[in-house]
Amino acid sequence: MDVMPKWAEVVLVPLISLLLAGIISALVVLAIGEDPVAAAKLMVSGALGSTYGWGYTLYYATNFMFTGLAVAIAFHARLFNIGGEGQAMLGGLGVALACLYIPWPHWSLALVGAAVMAGLFGAIWAAIPAWLQAKRGSHIVITTIMFNFIAAALLNYTLVNMLRPKGSMDPATARFSEATNLPTLHDLLSPLGIAFSKAAPANISLLVAIAACFGLWLLIWRTRLGYEIRAYGYSESAAKYAGISPVKITMVAMIISGALAGLMAINNVMGEAERLVLNSTEGAGFIGIAVALMGRSHPLGVFIAAILFGFLYQGGAELALWTSIPRELIVVIQALVILFTGALDNMVRMPLEKLFLARRRARVAKEGAAN
Amino acid sequence: MSDETTVKRQAIAASTSPAIELKGISKAFGPVQANKDISIRVMPGTIHGIIGENGAGKSTLMSILYGFYKADKGEVWINGSKTEIPDSQAAIAAGIGMVFQHFKLVENFTVLENIILGAEDGRLLKPSLAKARRTLVELANDYGLNVDPDALIQDIGVGMQQRVEILKALYRQADILILDEPTGVLTPAEADQLFRILDRLKSEGKTIILITHKLREIMETTDTVSVMRRGEMTATVKTAETSPAELAELMVGRKVLLRVDKKPATLGEVVLDIKGLKVVDDKGVERLRGIDLQVRAGEVLGIAGVAGNGQSELLEVLGGYADGTGEVRLNGAPLDLTGRLSDGQSRRNRGIAHVPEDRQREGLIMEYQAWENTAFGYHHDSEYRAGLLMNNAAIREDTAEKMERFDVRPPNPKLAAKNFSGGNQQKIVLAREIERNPDLLLIGQPTRGVDIGAIEFIHQQIVALRDQGKAILLVSVELEEILALSDRIAVMFDGQVMGERQPDQTDEKELGLLMAGITDTGAATAAKGT
Repeated sequence: MDVMPKWAEVVLVPLISLLLAGIISALVVLAIGEDPVAAAKLMVSGALGSTYGWGYTLYYATNFMFTGLAVAIAFHARLFNIGGEGQAMLGGLGVALACLYIPWPHWSLALVGAAVMAGLFGAIWAAIPAWLQAKRGSHIVITTIMFNFIAAALLNYTLVNMLRPKGSMDPATARFSEATNLPTLHDLLSPLGIAFSKAAPANISLLVAIAACFGLWLLIWRTRLGYEIRAYGYSESAAKYAGISPVKITMVAMIISGALAGLMAINNVMGEAERLVLNSTEGAGFIGIAVALMGRSHPLGVFIAAILFGFLYQGGAELALWTSIPRELIVVIQALVILFTGALDNMVRMPLEKLFLARRRARVAKEGAAN
Repeated sequence: MSDETTVKRQAIAASTSPAIELKGISKAFGPVQANKDISIRVMPGTIHGIIGENGAGKSTLMSILYGFYKADKGEVWINGSKTEIPDSQAAIAAGIGMVFQHFKLVENFTVLENIILGAEDGRLLKPSLAKARRTLVELANDYGLNVDPDALIQDIGVGMQQRVEILKALYRQADILILDEPTGVLTPAEADQLFRILDRLKSEGKTIILITHKLREIMETTDTVSVMRRGEMTATVKTAETSPAELAELMVGRKVLLRVDKKPATLGEVVLDIKGLKVVDDKGVERLRGIDLQVRAGEVLGIAGVAGNGQSELLEVLGGYADGTGEVRLNGAPLDLTGRLSDGQSRRNRGIAHVPEDRQREGLIMEYQAWENTAFGYHHDSEYRAGLLMNNAAIREDTAEKMERFDVRPPNPKLAAKNFSGGNQQKIVLAREIERNPDLLLIGQPTRGVDIGAIEFIHQQIVALRDQGKAILLVSVELEEILALSDRIAVMFDGQVMGERQPDQTDEKELGLLMAGITDTGAATAAKGT
C-alpha cells in the first residue's frame, strides 16, 4: 500500500515545500532590513498583476517547460541529463542557421523549419553523451556537464568567427528577417478581442510548449516506446529479460531529451531576441532540472512548475528593479525554492508520511475496537 | 574438553532459566506489522528451530535479537536477566553470535584475518593473530571445526566459509548461535556436515537457533520448533511430538499436499537440442563449459545443482540476454546466440517463454501495475496494440482474466507488483508466460520465496503444461522440487553437466554427490564410509 494518498503526494508535499521556502526567503529579506510582505506583493503584482507581467512570466515559463520536459523524459529512463543548457545553446545555433540562410515565405513555415533544426541540433548534442554512455560506459552526468562547456565554446567560436556580420563589434548574428518573426501573445489574442501587452515577449512558442507537454504525456504513458523507457528506468535487468535493448532506450530517450531542450530556442532566439546572442539560454537548462524535480517528471507537473519558476524569474526581476534588494538576493530566493522543492523533498515527505500512517493506524484501531 | 567448558555446562545445567526469552516483541515497518506480540523461550543447550514462510517475520525477530532493529514493544531476557540490545556490539557482549544467510567475509583476507576482523586487540596485528591462531586450534579440537587458518576466503568452498562464520561467532565467545537459512547455499552433503557440527556444539552446551523454511531440516536437527505465520508465533512444539504435515499446516494455516500427483510422461519430438553450449561472462570466466542437453515435448527436464554452477547462465542464454557459443536448435531450426535475433523479443517470437529465477529483478517491474507487468515482454503483440499506442483497456481486461484463472490475490490489475506477496507475484509471471502457449518453457526457481499454498498451485500448473505436450526446462536449487516435478534430471557442476538420472532411480544422496562434482558415485560413497 502507498503510505500517502495521491493528493497529498502531488499537492501537499510541493505546497508545504514552497511554503517553507517562502518563510526562509522572508527571513532573509527581513535580515537585510527590507519588508518581506511588501516584497512579496511587488513580486506578485510585477509578475501577475498586468498582461505585461504575465507576458514575461509566460515567456520564461515557455523556456522552462521545454528544458523541464527534457530532463523529465531522461529521468524516466533513469538518465540524468544535466546538458539541457548546452543542448539549448546548440538548438539556438540551429534556429539561427535556419532563419538566416533560408528565405522563408511565412512565419508558420519558418517556425516548423526552425523547430526541426532546433530539435535536430539539440538531439545531436545529447546523442553523443548518450552513445558514450551506452557503448563506452562513460557516465552521462559527467559527459553532459562537459558538453555544456563545449557547446558554450563552440557557440562563442561560431558567433565571433563565422556568424558575426562584417564590421560588427557584437558577438551575435544579424537580426533575422521580418518573415521569421513569430506572432506574440498580443498578435494572437487581439483578434479575439483580448488586450494583451505589446511589449511582452511571450509568443506562439508557448502553444508549442503546451503541445509538447501533452505529446510527452502521450509518449510516456500511452505508447510502447514510453512503456519501454519507463521499464528500463525502473529496472535495467528486467528490461534485458524482456528484450528491451538498453542501448536503444538510452539513445532514444536522450535524443528526445536533447530535441526538447533544443526546441527552447524557438522561444528565446526566434521568438524573443530574433537573433542569436552569446549566453542566450540564461541558465534555463539548469532551471529545467529543478522544474522536472518539482514536477515529479510528469508533464503536467512540469507545466505547473515551469509557470511557478517563470513567476519567480519575472517577480525577481521586478524586485531588483524597484527595491534596494540586490539582484544576488533574488538568486538566493530562487535557489531556496529549488532547494526545498527539489533537493529537500524528503524533509517534508517523511514527517508527512508518518502523520498519515499514524492517522491510518488510529482509524484501524478504532474500527478494531468497534468490531 | 577443557575444564572451563565443563564448569560452564554444569552452571547451565544448574540454572533453569532460558538462554533466551523474548516477551511480547512487536515491530512494525510502516503499515506492515512484521512481528506481533511474540514470546518465545529457548532453553540452554538445545537446538530451537524457527520455521515460517518468507515474510512471516523470522528474520525481523532475529534482527531485533541481534540489535539491528529496535522492537516497538517487548523485552529481551538473556540467561534470566533483562537485557537491552541497542546494537550488534551489545548482542556480541551478551554472548549472541549470528551466522547470516549471506556471509559477511572479506574475500581476499585469510581465514585468520577474517576471524579477528573487528575483534583485534591492540594497535599491532601480530599479537592478535597469534592469539587467534591458538584459540582457533582449541576451537577446532573442541568442536571438530577444522579449517586452514591461512587459506584465503576466495579459495575455500561455501561450506568452509560457513564454518569460518561459525568460528567468528565462537571466537567472540558466543554461547547462543543464530543461523539464518544456513543450508540455502550448501549441497546436501555439506548440509549434513553442518548439522553434525551443530549437534557437537549442542553437546558442548551451546544454544542454537536455526531459522529455516525447510521442514526436513527442522525434523532432523531441532529439539523444539516454533512456527511463525504473518508476524505471529502460531505454535511452539517439541519436534519429537510433531510431523512435517502438522508443521506445514501450522505455517500455512490450512492442510497442504506435500507431494505432486502426475501421470507418466508421454514423450514427443525433441523441442530443444543443445550441443556444446558455452558462455563466457564479462570477466572472462567460462560459466558454461560445453553443455549438451535435449528436452522433448511433454517432459520436464530438471536441472539440479548448487546455485552458481552455470544454471543461471543457461537460462539467460536461452532466454536471450546473454551471449553464448555452440549450437542450440528449437524444433529443429537453429537459435541465434549472439546476433540480432538473440534478444528476448526474438526468443518469445520463436515460442520460448521464460519464468526467470529472480522475479523481482527480472520477471517483473516492481513499480508497474499488474496489468503493465502482464504485457511485459509481450508489449509489441498485436492484441495489446492500438495503432501507435498501447491498448491499455485490452491489457487490463486480459490481466483480470489471467488473475482469475491463476487465483492471484487480490485480483486487482491496477495494484503495483511490489504490493503483491511473493507467491502472487510469481503467479503473475507464470500466468503471463504459460498463457502464451509456448513450445518451450524455461522456468527458474519456480517456488523460491513462495508460500507453501502457492507452491502446490505452481507445481500443478507446470505439470499441466507438460501434459499438454510442451517442453519444460526446470532449474531449481531445491532438490525435493526437482525430484517431484522432473521426468529426467540433469545435474550441473562448474558449468558442466555431470550426468543425467531418472528421478525414480536416484535419490538425494546420489544427486548430492553429483552436485559436488563427484561422478563416480559408487566409489565416493565407499570412500566416505571409511
